Amino acid sequence: MTSPTVPNADAPTSRGWWKENQQRLAPWLFLAPGIFMFLVYVIIPIFQSINISFYDWDGLGEATWVGTGNYVELMDDDAFYTSLKNNVIWLVLYMLAIPMGLFVALFLNQTVRGIRIYKSLFFFPFVISQVVVGLVFAWFYDPSYGLLNIALGWFGIDPIAVLADERYVTYGIIAAGLWPQTAYCMILYLTGLNAVDPEQIEAARLDNAKGVKMLWYVILPQLRPATFIAIVVTVIGALRSFDLISIMTDGGPWGSSRVLAFYMYEQAFSEYGFRMGYGAAIAVVLFLIMMVYIVGFLWKMYRDEKGR
Amino acid sequence: MQNNCSIIWNFALEEKGRFMFQKVKVLTAALAASTIFTSAAIAGELVINTDTSDPAPKAAFEALIEGFKAENPDIEVTWNLFDHEGYKTSIRNFLTADAPDLANWYAGNRMLPYVNAGLFEPVDDVWEEHGLKESLGSSLGSMTIDGKIWGVPYTYYQWGVYYRKDLFEQHGIAVPTNWEEFKAAGAKLNEAGITPITIGTKYLWTAGGVFDYLNLRTNGYDFHMALGKGEVAWTDDRVKATMNNWKELLDAGFFIENHAAYSWQEALAPMVQGDAAMYVMGNFAVAPLREAGLTDDQLGFFQFPVINPEVPLAEEAPTDTIHIPANAKNKEDAKKFLAYLARADVQSQINETLGQLPINKGSTVGDDKFLQAGYEMLSNTDGGIAQFFDRDYPAEMAKAGMEGFQEFMVKPERMDAILERLEKVRQRVYK
Repeated sequence: MTSPTVPNADAPTSRGWWKENQQRLAPWLFLAPGIFMFLVYVIIPIFQSINISFYDWDGLGEATWVGTGNYVELMDDDAFYTSLKNNVIWLVLYMLAIPMGLFVALFLNQTVRGIRIYKSLFFFPFVISQVVVGLVFAWFYDPSYGLLNIALGWFGIDPIAVLADERYVTYGIIAAGLWPQTAYCMILYLTGLNAVDPEQIEAARLDNAKGVKMLWYVILPQLRPATFIAIVVTVIGALRSFDLISIMTDGGPWGSSRVLAFYMYEQAFSEYGFRMGYGAAIAVVLFLIMMVYIVGFLWKMYRDEKGR
Repeated sequence: MQNNCSIIWNFALEEKGRFMFQKVKVLTAALAASTIFTSAAIAGELVINTDTSDPAPKAAFEALIEGFKAENPDIEVTWNLFDHEGYKTSIRNFLTADAPDLANWYAGNRMLPYVNAGLFEPVDDVWEEHGLKESLGSSLGSMTIDGKIWGVPYTYYQWGVYYRKDLFEQHGIAVPTNWEEFKAAGAKLNEAGITPITIGTKYLWTAGGVFDYLNLRTNGYDFHMALGKGEVAWTDDRVKATMNNWKELLDAGFFIENHAAYSWQEALAPMVQGDAAMYVMGNFAVAPLREAGLTDDQLGFFQFPVINPEVPLAEEAPTDTIHIPANAKNKEDAKKFLAYLARADVQSQINETLGQLPINKGSTVGDDKFLQAGYEMLSNTDGGIAQFFDRDYPAEMAKAGMEGFQEFMVKPERMDAILERLEKVRQRVYK
């Protein structure tokens, strides 16, 4: 039986090496620019930072090897523990943005005349720069002219210098940070709420589910993707809390509002910095803390992929 | 992952972002600077970087550069204006990466890191050729490191106590000349419901100025410098004596409340409004105080009072300087500029605009009453002239010190713990 119509399967020379391997190579070629950037700007600098953390270096002159000297010093540095403690406070309290954002989103998820305007207004703090947020709150807290203390005055409470008091300063800055972060979470939940299946709500209604029960058992499970993203961005937001601290207190009073990120910046880059090695050591510790979270994140991703 | 890592390398950007916010108006200049750096300087082009972003210094430099251009029409001058605070971090980058031909900075220990790193060019030949050792002789000491001269100073200014003359007169207080009178004056002001001294310690350095004066008056110049060189322990009884003097003022309610929340400019407000009567400051505070509406009849200046009569009076008078970076492309013209800057008439003119004191002894001092007072005070100073806490003390020590002073001013009861902490820093910094 002649089969002239069957294509010649063993004629690789005519198809070429490229055509042969196209399927396998294409993804890597598309990924190449990304991988290159990721290596140059993320992966390699991580190892460079770790390397620098073993040196005593002013960023200009010769670097001298000090081994784990920077880390030993870190363990005996009160400012480091203050920063670490503040980082934890940030991580915990910043999470409030998620329920607050959910609440606002539920509140705004209705069809009223002009609701878009209200939504925009609630989203507004996220659009403006962190710098502006910081300035606004710094004025709000101002001990002599700030709105907060004028308001406290109505109740006969003495003015509180939130930003000059080591007891309140971190909480004051976090409150400022929660304002835009809540708006961010709100937007995430608003989009999530759009995707809630109306049929399920209908069915739940028929089963007489209402209020909190409806929210907890029907709505929230459907919002899980939104919640996950909200947690991710909030954790990142908390760990990179830098701008607000820099603007509102510059780490003060006497360094009591510093977080690790800010302390690292101060040691390495600020006016009185010049301690690249020590700054890098702080960065490595911060990185390790983040690794815990990164690993958790990756593990969840992996599990979700597998579960599908 | 990417987000988290981005946090790490974002710090470099954050640093930039930080300086942008404070200095919106010079942002364009900073951006322009980064583009200019990339174009290599051609012959006859002179690039100058300065941090003179406040109104008076800006005007002074405009005039200075115009004057230089008029005399050297063949040299094309490019001037990059940086914000004052941001400059302190950006100078490190541009000195190593894309150096201008001239950059302003400060005398004393503050230029030490750049000198040690070989980023500044010695300019002994300029001093030699134009006889500057004679005309700028007073600042030779603070410009010399390792036997070489590293720049040309163009201005300095006195520190001291600026006070509300009208309030003092109203409450029958004479200008205090010694510690007892000073404390009595404060007590009277407090009685009248006026806080004696305003200060804003948010950015820390203002507290350094107060410490400098208390220490200079309690222990004298030599001790103050020895402490700066790390030769004396911070837990030394003499340091404690200084701190105890400070504590006396704190206990007597000398300083405004919540000073840790204010910058030095924000702390001007109580003085303008008459809620506070004195400010331990540099002469640059006069311009904003006048702008805020205080007349020369309301505003006065006096030398920081004597504490220990056995100690010769030393003053604080920081010197501002211009340097040639080692990586500059057009050093020849840069030296021309330095020679021009050192001239008596040029220094007279620039300091007239700055409202500060010229270094050149042939220059004339403006007839402003604060300048005259400062000039007279500094000319008669025999105890020594300090630069400033963060210029005389190494950066790390200065930072820890000023932070400690801020804490001390709010929590004086922590004195011993603070001094012990500073001692720990000293042992590390000077090893």
